[in-house]
Amino acid sequence: MEQTKLAMLQEKAREIRLGALEAVYSASSGHPGGSLSISDILAYLYFEEMNVDPAEPKKADRDRFVLSKGHTAPALYATLAAKGYFGKENLKTLRQVDSFLQGHPDMKHTPGVDMSSGSLGLGISAAAGMALSAKISGDAYRVYTILGDGESEEGQVWEAAMFSAHYKLDNLCAFIDWNGLQIDGKVSEVMNPTPLDEKFAAFGWNVLVIDAHDFDQIAAACEAARACKGKPTAVICKSVKGKGVSFMENQVGWHGKAPNKEQYEAAVAELTASV
Amino acid sequence: MADKIATREAYGKALAELGEKYDIVVLDADLAEATKTLMFKKKFPDRFFDCGIAEGNMMGVAAGLAATGKTVFASSFAMFAAGRAFEQVRNVIGYPHLNVKIGATHAGISVGEDGATHQCNEDIALMRTIPGMTIINPADGEEAKAAVEAAILHDGPVYMRFGRYAVPYLYEGKDYQFELGKGVTLAEGKDVTIVATGLMVHIALEAKELLAKEGISAEVINIHTIKPIDKELLAKSAAKTGAVVTAEEHNVVGGLGGAVCEALAETCPVPVLRVGVEDVYGRSGKVPALLEAYGLTAENIAAKAKAAIALKK
Repeated sequence: MEQTKLAMLQEKAREIRLGALEAVYSASSGHPGGSLSISDILAYLYFEEMNVDPAEPKKADRDRFVLSKGHTAPALYATLAAKGYFGKENLKTLRQVDSFLQGHPDMKHTPGVDMSSGSLGLGISAAAGMALSAKISGDAYRVYTILGDGESEEGQVWEAAMFSAHYKLDNLCAFIDWNGLQIDGKVSEVMNPTPLDEKFAAFGWNVLVIDAHDFDQIAAACEAARACKGKPTAVICKSVKGKGVSFMENQVGWHGKAPNKEQYEAAVAELTASV
Repeated sequence: MADKIATREAYGKALAELGEKYDIVVLDADLAEATKTLMFKKKFPDRFFDCGIAEGNMMGVAAGLAATGKTVFASSFAMFAAGRAFEQVRNVIGYPHLNVKIGATHAGISVGEDGATHQCNEDIALMRTIPGMTIINPADGEEAKAAVEAAILHDGPVYMRFGRYAVPYLYEGKDYQFELGKGVTLAEGKDVTIVATGLMVHIALEAKELLAKEGISAEVINIHTIKPIDKELLAKSAAKTGAVVTAEEHNVVGGLGGAVCEALAETCPVPVLRVGVEDVYGRSGKVPALLEAYGLTAENIAAKAKAAIALKK
């Protein structure tokens, strides 16, 4: 990837991380760990890959995005704000009673949100429905979704996986955020869903395994997904929960906890210093 | 026209017919032959998608289709459409208020021989708790067809409840106009109001005849739209007769009986007695035997009507 593009993406990812943390800190509530682990993927999707236009959030031919792991909405909201769907000042209103930034994505009230999500396992089915819809109408748009690794313990994920392969939804690309941690502890100890790559392959998907924080690998995965015909693509993304904030990295305690003032300031300092 | 038709049959026919007029997509979960969506599939194979035995995913797929502009019918047995997939219906169809029309067949005790696991007497109660959900329980083939078209034209989620058992046509020779949300007064009376839905409507008309023999004048109201319920009509009739009996092929908890009690408590409190499945599970049997065993009979409605009249102040 050329250096200027890489620098732009890194900057956007940094902006997303800062925005997500600001939102969670302001709310004193929310999910920072899994927001930070998907920030790079979101930066790539919204600033490079997807055909979307914040000036026309409902345009019919736009690519769709479904945050199946809806609890990491702070990262999505920060992405949408960075893209220009709404002002960044709104991030501070996350989870407040009058805010359009709900604890989990709400397609009815948040510009740029294509599907309400948050109950795990449901988003990938909705994404499959959108992909099928494009096939029925002969539309060219593509559908992207991000799932959690813990989320893959939901049986519905595999119903959706079966369905998507059965109907050859090659316009669907699912990223699985493999950060290895869920609320109760290590994914491998709570309920081991691995090997995720072999499972998706066995369900008939085109499978790629990448580093979730390497833009070259994310770019290559998106390109491979577009090139693959007749199969949906699953991109298993090895990620670091809490990525970018050293004291949050790989700590299960930061799954669903807001930082206090000192912690927030330390996180901002670290993210700002890394430029 | 046949004398009788199961509302599921009318549903399948309506989909196949209305598929010409409207650009609808139909989903099923390996029950197309039973839910009768097969009729649509045969005619419009490009707009029919079997989701296999995976109702939760089917509702999510329906949501995705609707979110991209399609009007979608998602069909299964009531037990799985409303029961198994309740949370999916609530979160990805109800919450975003999407244009998904749930065609739930094999509702109630009249599933018959399959027994308790497949006899869904809880679906109305479940669906009533979802904000913005419209619930239609048609009483005959004509109403079922009209309900399908009304559902297509309605903006938002609709739950349609269809039966497996053939029921007589109610409006033959009459000029019937189905109106979503409006109850239908099938017979006027002054002593008691029988409010019925679905399969129980024609049985309520039989109960009216039984009561007439004893000199009791019963009003019979068909409530095809359970949500939003026609509060105005109910209150008007209750004010006139002063006593109400509800009749439904559903648990007496949370269904039509519950909805009528809630409506009248706030508008025109009168004694309300409920005929339905008395908060128990069903069991296998022939349909007439089951209706008898669970008190879903004209005789029981008439007895409850007399008891309700006795409760008048």
